[in-house]
Amino acid sequence: MKFSEQWLREWVQPEVGTEELAHQVTMAGLEVDGIEAVAGEFSGVVVGEVVKREQHPDADKLSLCQVSDGSETFQIVCGAPNVREGLKIPFAKIGAVLPGNFKIKKAKLRGVESFGMLCAEAELGMSDASDGLMELPADAPVGEDFRKYMNLDDAIIEVDLTPNRADCLSMAGLAREVGVLNKADLTELEIEPVAPAIDDKANIEVTASEQCPRYMGRIVKGVNVKAATPLWMVEKLRRGGIRSIDPVVDITNYVLLELGQPMHAFDLAQVEGGIRVRMAEQGEKLTLLDGQEVSLNSDTLVIADHKKPLAIGGIMGGEHSGVTESTQDLLLEAAFFSPLAIAGRARSYGLHTDSSHRFERGVDYNLAAKAMERATALVLDICGGKPGPVVEVAADEHLPKQAQIHLRRARAELVLGIKLDDSEIEDILKRLGMQITATEDGWDVIAPSYRFDMAIEPDLIEELARIYGYENLPVRLPTAASPLARHPENRLPMGDLRRQMVARGYQEAITYSFVDPQIQKAMDPANAPIALLNPISTEMSVMRTDLLAGLVQAVSYNLKRQQPRVRLFETGLRFIPDGDSLAQIPTLAFAATGSRQPQGWAESAADVDFFDVKGDIEALLARTGTLDQYRFVAGQHPALHPGQTAIIEKSDGNGQWQPAGVVGALHPSLYKTVGTKQSIILVQLDLETVRQTAIPDFDELSKYPEMRRDLALVVAADTQVDDVLTAIRAKAGDYLTKLNLFDVYVGKGIDPDRKSLALGLTWQHPSRTLTDEEVNDSVNSVLAHLEESLGATLRG
Amino acid sequence: MENLEALTQQALAAVKEAQDVAALDQVRVQFLGKKGEITSLMKNLGSVAPEDRPKIGAVINEAKDQVQTAINDRKQALESAALNAKLAAETIDVTLPGRGVQEGSLHPVTRTIERIESFFAGAGFQLMEGPEIEDEFHNFEALNIPEHHPARAMHDTFYFDAGRLLRTHTSPVQVRTMEKQQPPLRIICPGRVYRCDYDQTHSPMFHQMEGLLVDKGVSFADLKGILKEFMSAFFEKDIAVRLRPSYFPFTEPSAEIDIEWVIETPEGTKTRWLEIGGCGMVHPEVFRHVGIDPEEYTGFAFGMGMERMAMLRYGVNDLRLFFENDLRFLQQFR
Repeated sequence: MKFSEQWLREWVQPEVGTEELAHQVTMAGLEVDGIEAVAGEFSGVVVGEVVKREQHPDADKLSLCQVSDGSETFQIVCGAPNVREGLKIPFAKIGAVLPGNFKIKKAKLRGVESFGMLCAEAELGMSDASDGLMELPADAPVGEDFRKYMNLDDAIIEVDLTPNRADCLSMAGLAREVGVLNKADLTELEIEPVAPAIDDKANIEVTASEQCPRYMGRIVKGVNVKAATPLWMVEKLRRGGIRSIDPVVDITNYVLLELGQPMHAFDLAQVEGGIRVRMAEQGEKLTLLDGQEVSLNSDTLVIADHKKPLAIGGIMGGEHSGVTESTQDLLLEAAFFSPLAIAGRARSYGLHTDSSHRFERGVDYNLAAKAMERATALVLDICGGKPGPVVEVAADEHLPKQAQIHLRRARAELVLGIKLDDSEIEDILKRLGMQITATEDGWDVIAPSYRFDMAIEPDLIEELARIYGYENLPVRLPTAASPLARHPENRLPMGDLRRQMVARGYQEAITYSFVDPQIQKAMDPANAPIALLNPISTEMSVMRTDLLAGLVQAVSYNLKRQQPRVRLFETGLRFIPDGDSLAQIPTLAFAATGSRQPQGWAESAADVDFFDVKGDIEALLARTGTLDQYRFVAGQHPALHPGQTAIIEKSDGNGQWQPAGVVGALHPSLYKTVGTKQSIILVQLDLETVRQTAIPDFDELSKYPEMRRDLALVVAADTQVDDVLTAIRAKAGDYLTKLNLFDVYVGKGIDPDRKSLALGLTWQHPSRTLTDEEVNDSVNSVLAHLEESLGATLRG
Repeated sequence: MENLEALTQQALAAVKEAQDVAALDQVRVQFLGKKGEITSLMKNLGSVAPEDRPKIGAVINEAKDQVQTAINDRKQALESAALNAKLAAETIDVTLPGRGVQEGSLHPVTRTIERIESFFAGAGFQLMEGPEIEDEFHNFEALNIPEHHPARAMHDTFYFDAGRLLRTHTSPVQVRTMEKQQPPLRIICPGRVYRCDYDQTHSPMFHQMEGLLVDKGVSFADLKGILKEFMSAFFEKDIAVRLRPSYFPFTEPSAEIDIEWVIETPEGTKTRWLEIGGCGMVHPEVFRHVGIDPEEYTGFAFGMGMERMAMLRYGVNDLRLFFENDLRFLQQFR
């Protein structure tokens, strides 16, 4: 809400300057967003009158004017389209200084001398742009200093009000608040009831009385809608951010700004049979003041006549029944609409109006009568006419009730951490307009009707804090002992997990949880992602079903920026719809591309491959002591290379394997989709699974020597090493303590369809020395089993 | 015996000329070995008159000692030269970079969250997490934001069908925790939150950290105290904290948290208040929704944006950098 500081000071006169005033209201919870001058810095500008206008002899678009400052007449060359004889305008004389330190000097335009300048609003810093001279009212006193005449030494203060403080959406409300903060009295507006001059009464029926507990109407006949809105009103509206339209609309807007009561004026001639306040019929059509036709919903309150809807109650009037140049008689409306009946409705039609903004937050339900009298008086002053009596239809049972709130002294002290004196509390409450009655443990409080946000005790305690000053409340530290936090040892702390990845050279990334549906589909066609109803853009419109879609895009982003080596990891949720339910699964993913190691004098320049990244996974699993509970099984994934993909499985301890993740190279057919020309190795793991940590269980150290045998085996080239290792473990006996693959060889000396594996087997008995015979027996049984099951032979 | 003097001189010269340990050993064998030339003189003592033997024997021994000492000295010199040569040959350029250095780093938002977590962990706050796709109840209703409440419009919520939405704050985690646990409660809830707003200063996804303390006798003064402590700990300097009245449906009294920020400009040092979060005393309606007796317990809650904190702490000047994942940005947070 914007307001003129001067207008405020008509209501209340705190002894503080603009900055201090702004600080005060900010610290009272009405945050000042900005302070701007009403006009730019200028001097030497007076009200001038164009007494004569001729065509410039040498320029089509220029006028040659004689302009009076009341005592002298000056020749001025002017290019504005709206300059004409008799027009009153801001006149910058020789010696004037306009905003931007622009000095007005004698000038020659197309050979003709000009002694000053006629000004547009923008040239005086009063608006951002204008399309002609600023036109002053006919009664503007020629020769008067323009700043003084327009009262321009004023500031526009903009406050950002929280939804609970709708009572401050008016000059009256702001002034009340400033008065409370400064212990200053208000200069209340004297509003006398306007006596009816005619008997014409509005015919009003309210069927939706719960939604509209109070409706007031008044007929004013014979108004002159062509009358000019007085300058003071135009200026106050302008400084409040409202453009002047016609005198009747200006008056209703003015009352809205001044008192906070939204009003509406109908052209009485367009009201057929009388006013009916009712709920809309589903699908009923209404063309609004802004020209758009809406199809109404049945949850919407309408102001209708006996034939048709005229307006959406509390939101916007209709085009048909609005005041036009030909309007002669008015029906003025001032009503109280229940916030619940208005809330959300404007938005459902794509509307947001000054009226809906106030009604959905709340308007003082006792304000309508006052506003009606104020508006009537202004109409009579400006447009003339004859008022009828005010007709009111009210349903008391639906009007808000002023809550009686019990405020306990002890509770206030507990919540605020300070004991305020009773006199202090009473003073604050009284200044806020509350009626208070002392009780044994505190007070019974009734808030004024404009403080409809006061409903329960904490509301009052907050008011005490606010007026006493948050800054003045004490500071202390919570002292109560707290139990020690429980950190389960079998769950790897996230910090440890992240640092493990960091130590392996991965950079943590954070990508959006919503991704491009096309990329998501390419990466994970099996899961249909859940889509946002109101996404920012198509590229951010579905929730990720894996972390890879976002990660490959982050990789590609860097590849395109001359970063050929990228290693990223991310942790976060992925979202898998499952019928009506939805799984939100904590996930770890990583991606690596480019050289195995950063380029260096001693580093491998080879590209990172499957086994580098598998090593990173194994290092992570080794970190939790669970590596031996996992296996990597050749598998398929739609986004990964069919020959370079492993499903990672974890043993459940009962012989079953549960999927824990996947690792593989990006499928070459996706390079283009993703935006890469080079291989990317991708990993996705179930985060909770990989965080499971083995708690160490001590084994006695053996005092007896180890026995080692190395085997060079030849197996078929497509034999999986895991099968060989499993076969060895199956037959190597209980005391095999280590099994280490230390070479894989393909090439000269080996059948091209076979490969050679070099394995080290180590045995150790906990309580005695193993004999050569025992170990040889184990080796023989291993070899026999290998030959039988895998066709493995010893390399000759 | 005139021979001895010549032999000794010859041996000493040979020692001097020996260029390595092996050559030196040959010299030793030649003169002092079992059949060495000087050794042989001793063997010839038998042909000397018995009364002369001790004297001549002593002279020969002296010559032997002389040669042996020369050999020993020469050997030491040769060995030391060999070692020096070996060491010289093995000398490396220690300024070459070490091998296999590849360190990543945490994302600055994670780094910020982890730091803050550690402060509050020290004060007994437990970390809580929750779903990011939420329902209206936990994101709004339980927080005293009924349907059509103007505060809902301020949240710029991302919706799915069927009343599901992306959480607009981490407050639902507080609700879910209070549903399950009775006070005393001290929790912090960091995580991703979402608002349908995207420009230079707004990201549709960002991170919040909220804290909640519920116990008997908790007051607004405690809230002020903990925030002041926290800000000073986070920025590692005494920092002025100002609570400014505001409105959130789930707290009352409510406040914005401002900190006093010192900016160095060419015109000199300036200070201004920066808004970095919101806080307040838990609204009794929230307690009622989760079955906590607001008469018995009071509590406070606070929340702040992690990107904002990271920007202030590390001087980042563009919010959008946090989610571009540009390595040149990320690698600065090592």
